Amino acid sequence: MSRAAPPFVRTAATTVTLAAAVVLLLCGFLALGGFDVGTALGALVRGAAGSPATLASYTLVRATPLLLCGLAVALAFRAGIVNIGADGQLLAGAIAATAVALSLRTAPPLVAQPLILLSAVCAGTMTAAIPAWLRRRFGVLEVISTIMMNFVVLHLTGYLVRGPLQEPTRVYPQSPTLPESLRLPFVVPGTRLHAGFLLAVLLAVVLWWVLRSSAAGFRVRAIGANPDAAAVSGQVDVPRVTFRVFLLSGAIAGLAGGTEVLGVTMALYENLSPGWGFSAIAVALLAALHPLAVIGSAVFLGALTAGAGAMQREAGVPSVLVSVLEASVILGVLASQRVLARRSPAPAGARP
Amino acid sequence: MMDIVSAFLEATVRTATPLAIAAVGETVGERAGIINVGLEGAIIAGCLGAVAGASIGGVPGGLAGGLVAGLLVAVTFGLFVITMRADQIIAGTALTVGAYGATGALYRIGFGPSGAALSIPTLDAWSVPLLSSLPIVGAALFSQPVVTYLLYALVPTAWWFLQRTGAGLALRAIGEYPPAAEAAGVSVSRLRWWGVLASGGCGGVAGATLAMQVGTFSEQMSAGRGFIVLAIVALGRWHPVGAALAALVFGSTTALQYRFQASGMDVPYQVFLALPYLVTLLVLAGGVGRSRAPAALGKAGGSR
Repeated sequence: MSRAAPPFVRTAATTVTLAAAVVLLLCGFLALGGFDVGTALGALVRGAAGSPATLASYTLVRATPLLLCGLAVALAFRAGIVNIGADGQLLAGAIAATAVALSLRTAPPLVAQPLILLSAVCAGTMTAAIPAWLRRRFGVLEVISTIMMNFVVLHLTGYLVRGPLQEPTRVYPQSPTLPESLRLPFVVPGTRLHAGFLLAVLLAVVLWWVLRSSAAGFRVRAIGANPDAAAVSGQVDVPRVTFRVFLLSGAIAGLAGGTEVLGVTMALYENLSPGWGFSAIAVALLAALHPLAVIGSAVFLGALTAGAGAMQREAGVPSVLVSVLEASVILGVLASQRVLARRSPAPAGARP
Repeated sequence: MMDIVSAFLEATVRTATPLAIAAVGETVGERAGIINVGLEGAIIAGCLGAVAGASIGGVPGGLAGGLVAGLLVAVTFGLFVITMRADQIIAGTALTVGAYGATGALYRIGFGPSGAALSIPTLDAWSVPLLSSLPIVGAALFSQPVVTYLLYALVPTAWWFLQRTGAGLALRAIGEYPPAAEAAGVSVSRLRWWGVLASGGCGGVAGATLAMQVGTFSEQMSAGRGFIVLAIVALGRWHPVGAALAALVFGSTTALQYRFQASGMDVPYQVFLALPYLVTLLVLAGGVGRSRAPAALGKAGGSR
């Protein structure tokens, strides 16, 4: 996954082509499954973008955690870090946000909300810090350690919602509902689109600028392009930069947990994330790891997720089909990169 | 007291059996330098394959169905990571996500939206004469379904293959430094294919075991066991015997959790569930003995 990203126009063209291929594939699946393609696609489009309000309340609300986790994964992949622990980092962010919000119930929202989101960022960072440190100090593969952290955080959540953070009646495995005063403001009146989406878009723009124009961004891109060359140049402290990028990736995924709690769920429970950390890999790859393109791919997959719900209700198509589409996106990107690599062979000595 | 202990041991072995089967296969795969994050996908495919197979041919049909389904996922994985030399972790993650979706969709299309009435034959325990009447451990080890005995044969076979055969030596070599193995005339991709098939096939059988332990299929019933197996392989230090023992560790914490939940005691049993992962992290960090992953794990191998 370590390679320089192509320019934005080419990225966007690839993204649109792949998105179109996904829609075609979906039609194929529907026809194979014996469903009425027209009815099912109609339901999909209505459920995702039937009206501006549907678009905002369903598609964009679902796109928010996908966008943040997609940015986290894209950033990590750009630096050659295979962070597949975004799900755990998100959940850790949600834990911290809930715990801090419960102790700031009576504080003025404008003071409390930034503190809550900040705590989510810190929790995500700390969750990523363990695999990051293990990689830097002992060379432990982050694939294994991030998966392990996912389980540790999941079991921690299971304990908290049945123990210290359980709601007062002690019946349901979830935290008390947070006061409405702490909810992130809605940005479009009459819809459920919360300020977290704007925050995520803003972050994408900032990340794009930092990667493109700052010295720090250049170091990250240098490591991604060729870590050995970056190290030999003497200008880049590879382990240190990698470590910091890993933490930043965790911080962004943690923020997703915070915006999810304050913008959508208003409580903590175990299955808060339906696997956004894994869907985020499809989001990041569909966008060719380009932060601005991640906005588009997150909205696209958000729309598929939102529309799939409607497709199941109205046309009886299993909504889990979206997972197959996500997998096809990822495998499609992997296969097309192979085609590109064949055309322009990597220079001798480059990493496989 | 004795009854509680032997019931606990029996539950441990039962929970550990599918984990250990998958872990031994994955150990062989990882020694060849392939980390199969798609193992979770092979396991859930094995669950559905077993349901299809068992409705035709009973328990043997179920095991065969699971094996075939796991191999199908493995072949897809191999095409991407060996033939196309794609990133192993990303391809594996995609296969897991895709297998969740595909099994869920196929199940709903094939067996109706709920499928609650579906039931398949379950695995019966076969008691080994004499051995099963040993005190404490007898029933736990020797009054188990046929798959557990299959596991007893699988562990030494995998050890013998890896440590005592030429192919095993070559396979370990390509997991450490593919160029050297290639220079010695070993076909990297052919041996890696065997590694991938071992991992996926064992994953499928593990999935079949899960489905036939409960006698039905439910969506996402593999519940992350494929990821747990990756931890088990690391905790078992990339050795078949280690993998089987590590699977027992994970099995025992799950069995302990059932015990605590059933007893109604106010114990934060999630601590026990999280503990093996923390121990694995410690082992990986070198805090508990020496442990090192195959050097070429996760990397595409060979010059072409």
